[in-house]
Amino acid sequence: MSPRVESSGGNEKQNRKCSASTKSHSSTRQSPVGEKKMSAMQEISPHVRNMKQLQYAVLAKRASRIKEELRQGVRKPFKELIEVCWGDPHRGGVKPLTFVQQVLAGCVYPQLVDSDKLPVDVRQRAELLLKGCAGGSVGSYTATRGIPEIVHRISEFITSRDGGAPSHPENIYISPGSQWSLMNVLNVLVDGEASPRTGVLTPRPCYLSSNLSMVGLGAVTVPYDLCEERGWELRVEELHGALESAKGVCRPVALYVINPGNPTGHVQSRESMQEVIRFVSEKRLFLLADEVYQDCVYGEQSEFLSYKRVLMEMGPPLSDTVELASFHSASKGFMGECGLRGGYVELVNLDPAVMKCIYKLFSTDSCAPVLGQFALDLLAKPPQPGDPSYPLYREETQHIRSMLVRNVKRVFEVVNGLPGLCCQPVEGGAFAFPRLHLPPEAIQRAEEMGMQPDVFYCTRLLEEAGVFVSPGCEYEPKKGTYHFRFCIMVPEEVMEELLRRLSSFHTQFMKDFS
Amino acid sequence: MPCFSLLQSSVPVVILKKLSRGKNNKTKTSRSHRRFYFSPTTRKRITPSQSRHRSQPGRRGAWRPAEGVSARRAPLRSLTVEARAGSVRSSLSFSRSSRPRRSDVTRMSQHAANGLPGRVKLLNVDNMNPNVKRVEYAVRGAIVQRAVQIEKELKEGVKKPFDEVIKANIGDAHAMGQKPITFLRQVLALCAYPELLEDDKFPADAKQRARRILEACGGHSIGAYSSSQGIDCIRQDVARYIEKRDGGIPSNPDNIYLATGASDAIVTMLKMLVCGEGRDRTGVMISIPQYPLYSAALADLAAVQISYYLDEDKCWSLDVAELKRAVDAARQHCNPRVLCIINPGNPTGQVQSRQCIEDVIRFAKDERLFLMADEVYQDNVYAEGCKFHSFKRVLFEMGPEYSTAVEMASFHSTSKCYMGECGFRGGYMEVINMDPEVKAQLTKLVSVRLCPPVPGQALLDLVVNPPQPDEPSYHQFTKERATVLATLAEKARLTEQIFNTVPGITCNPVQGAMYTFPRIALPQKAIDKATEEGLSPDMLYCMRLLEEEGICLVPGSGFGQREGTFHFRMTILPPTEKLKIVLQKIREFHVRFTQEFS
Repeated sequence: MSPRVESSGGNEKQNRKCSASTKSHSSTRQSPVGEKKMSAMQEISPHVRNMKQLQYAVLAKRASRIKEELRQGVRKPFKELIEVCWGDPHRGGVKPLTFVQQVLAGCVYPQLVDSDKLPVDVRQRAELLLKGCAGGSVGSYTATRGIPEIVHRISEFITSRDGGAPSHPENIYISPGSQWSLMNVLNVLVDGEASPRTGVLTPRPCYLSSNLSMVGLGAVTVPYDLCEERGWELRVEELHGALESAKGVCRPVALYVINPGNPTGHVQSRESMQEVIRFVSEKRLFLLADEVYQDCVYGEQSEFLSYKRVLMEMGPPLSDTVELASFHSASKGFMGECGLRGGYVELVNLDPAVMKCIYKLFSTDSCAPVLGQFALDLLAKPPQPGDPSYPLYREETQHIRSMLVRNVKRVFEVVNGLPGLCCQPVEGGAFAFPRLHLPPEAIQRAEEMGMQPDVFYCTRLLEEAGVFVSPGCEYEPKKGTYHFRFCIMVPEEVMEELLRRLSSFHTQFMKDFS
Repeated sequence: MPCFSLLQSSVPVVILKKLSRGKNNKTKTSRSHRRFYFSPTTRKRITPSQSRHRSQPGRRGAWRPAEGVSARRAPLRSLTVEARAGSVRSSLSFSRSSRPRRSDVTRMSQHAANGLPGRVKLLNVDNMNPNVKRVEYAVRGAIVQRAVQIEKELKEGVKKPFDEVIKANIGDAHAMGQKPITFLRQVLALCAYPELLEDDKFPADAKQRARRILEACGGHSIGAYSSSQGIDCIRQDVARYIEKRDGGIPSNPDNIYLATGASDAIVTMLKMLVCGEGRDRTGVMISIPQYPLYSAALADLAAVQISYYLDEDKCWSLDVAELKRAVDAARQHCNPRVLCIINPGNPTGQVQSRQCIEDVIRFAKDERLFLMADEVYQDNVYAEGCKFHSFKRVLFEMGPEYSTAVEMASFHSTSKCYMGECGFRGGYMEVINMDPEVKAQLTKLVSVRLCPPVPGQALLDLVVNPPQPDEPSYHQFTKERATVLATLAEKARLTEQIFNTVPGITCNPVQGAMYTFPRIALPQKAIDKATEEGLSPDMLYCMRLLEEEGICLVPGSGFGQREGTFHFRMTILPPTEKLKIVLQKIREFHVRFTQEFS
């Protein structure tokens, strides 16, 4: 078996066999009568068991304890915790957009629409949105794909984003976050019991939840390396290599790409995307394009292009044969409304019979949370010049944009000025993912403590400097490389404080272990 | 010929498109062009070599419950599993051969490249996850899609015998005109736009609740992710609420998992529990009739559905002897591990007695089953003499022999009861006696979806922590809540009463929940006609009702029912005056329908 393929996936068969032969037989074949303990739960789904335990969960527990201690007045070298573990702008201190907050409040409590508490365009928008709800209430279920008017506006948004390439509402599904859509689409692609097992090509490093979703459905993840030295570029040779490595292990059916990258912050060029498209067409792979950071592009040379657009502009036969799912979300971008759980998928070139099954699958979730759907509507159609809310909206979004551009620049300067740390330029996305060149002493100490070296580093950073970042091993980068990821969507002063703490901690850490 | 008409109506475009595509794409011809037909019943594309398998009788079309010995018509999955495990049992051999294995399907498709050219999609019904294909969700099924279409036609000015479609298919209170509870919406508005905290129009207790919720949110915003299990202080409030409901039996916030509606929690729990292969595959016991979320999830997870029947003649009550029969039969071919109970019942509206709950708990212990108690209608109890007893409370009152042994999960939601806030997708589950290691696995599993919607969490917090007698919103809140529940009780009575005056309709009392599930006597000619059209007879009935009267109900076959009996599910949610009209229209329709077919 090739070393490329994830061990978690590879071991699954054995695990299953093992649990079936030991636990279940003893518990089911014997007569249950007279036994005291039920232990109905001794055995659980092997797919769930195969999902990797999260490192950050341990750190998160520690972080909340530190916060509690600070609240109680325990003395620490820092006054408050900086939490940049998640891509969560509001948690990091970015102010929510006023327009969004106002429209949501108006929809939740329509009495506000009749008062003069809210600007007139906010009231109109709230009224319009409520008109799309059954009984005029955000408390009603919606259609399975989402409120038809909103789905329609999303399709218009996509069409205009993609330079006129048509988008059809019936190909769009709103879900409680884009991750949910991804899981549903994966569920159609992956047969957890198939032999050989179903494979999905995934970037290395890769966003954690997506990887877990795949393993949880019984898929084998087949990693392709992103080239760190070249700014985490996606190189098509790596895709070929990955496919080769899957031989005899699984049957790859799909390629998953994240653009702009998470955790890597890379933004793909049109040429690179074209190569990927040709690759999936030639190898007959379904293309899963995670594009939730499409509004977050900072590089001067970078521009976000959607896979759909590039595909459509490549023309037939590719444009009407390559099967594609593209994901977007209200959680990222300037809006950053993670808590509302609104995301969508657009499906391109799918078999109509498969679309019917997808409809049924989404229908069992009833519908996405209505406020999350509203957030998507506001994302698709923000205030326009001339609207009363436009000046404030523009000011707030511009502020966030310039903040991000400045943060990206500062991270690059400061982190790369520290010996033993190296960060590729962040062209897009919400994260910096610097590489740690740890001294052998530090690695040894970590091993003694039974920790991954980057977890050890992040734990110390949390304890000593009050900065909560996530360790690189969560994203399964190349073996023997260490990283950590932190969110750059924080106010400038928070970023300055973060960089100050990181610098002094890192310097001390390197001194301690050399 | 149905096959032909189908081709006429929707297929040519597709074929033509594929033809031209094929010409442009010569290099792929040999691999990707192959012939396909459409199955007349499923409308799924099939290749000739498969059509031979598909055309055999006994294949599952619409979902039907197992009758009698469950092995005979056990869910398809169990059959394939057994086939793989190699256990040869003659009664199953036919079914086994009727479904080609996946790898066979793939191979066959490869050889079927002749005749009509057309690039077969790389993801197609032959190679997609076969479990997903079997997912059916009747409450949003074909009839609802037709209802939406009719609404569109009405809007476009098409003449119909009615002016509006009344969707009595789904428990969606606000859609039917129920007003939201003021206090809940005030707090949520404050959470959405905290500037309003400065506004003196909002009562002090609403502001206090909003401040407390915002304090617990990252960055003081409901737009931040929460922890995957749900916001800590809300889980604490939920635990306190459960303690109070259950007469002081302790509840630990660590055992509370907030979710995207109760459905999400139910599916997550099932996903955890289903494992094993062949005869070890997990079996899940579910009532017939059942809420189709369960059958859909079990199909998706390739679990074995073990059906137990509720006794319609005894007001849909649950009999432990029937549970025993079902589990004994199922042990022949799967590993029963889970027992699902819906109380108050959906779609059947019965409320379980304390005695019955005790019997079920004893049964679960004896048979070593994990109990899943779907209790989302716990505030919706209307009938005199009926009371909601939570499984957890009964379990703990049965003493340590049970309370330390039986593993269970209980589910609740913000979508039902007096709130009816379905659109917020709020809900929770409490797990009891769960192994700590398994709980860690559960925590990991829920983290994949990041977190439940925060506004739904906030709403749940208000439900479990409503205004107290000394607070300014108390009076209005209790008044609004009481009005909603009293109206529902009135409508429950009304529905039963009117239906039982119609010859050919028999209706059990709606003791609780939001639905009635009356039995309808259908003339043989109607049954024959339906069979001819490839529909279940109650689907034919409901479709006709929709087309003629504009009333959308869900046929009983979507929930499962004893063979030869027919039902429909209707919500009791339309406003009283409208409900009377709906009931009247159904009565007239039923008489007409019966006459037409006799």
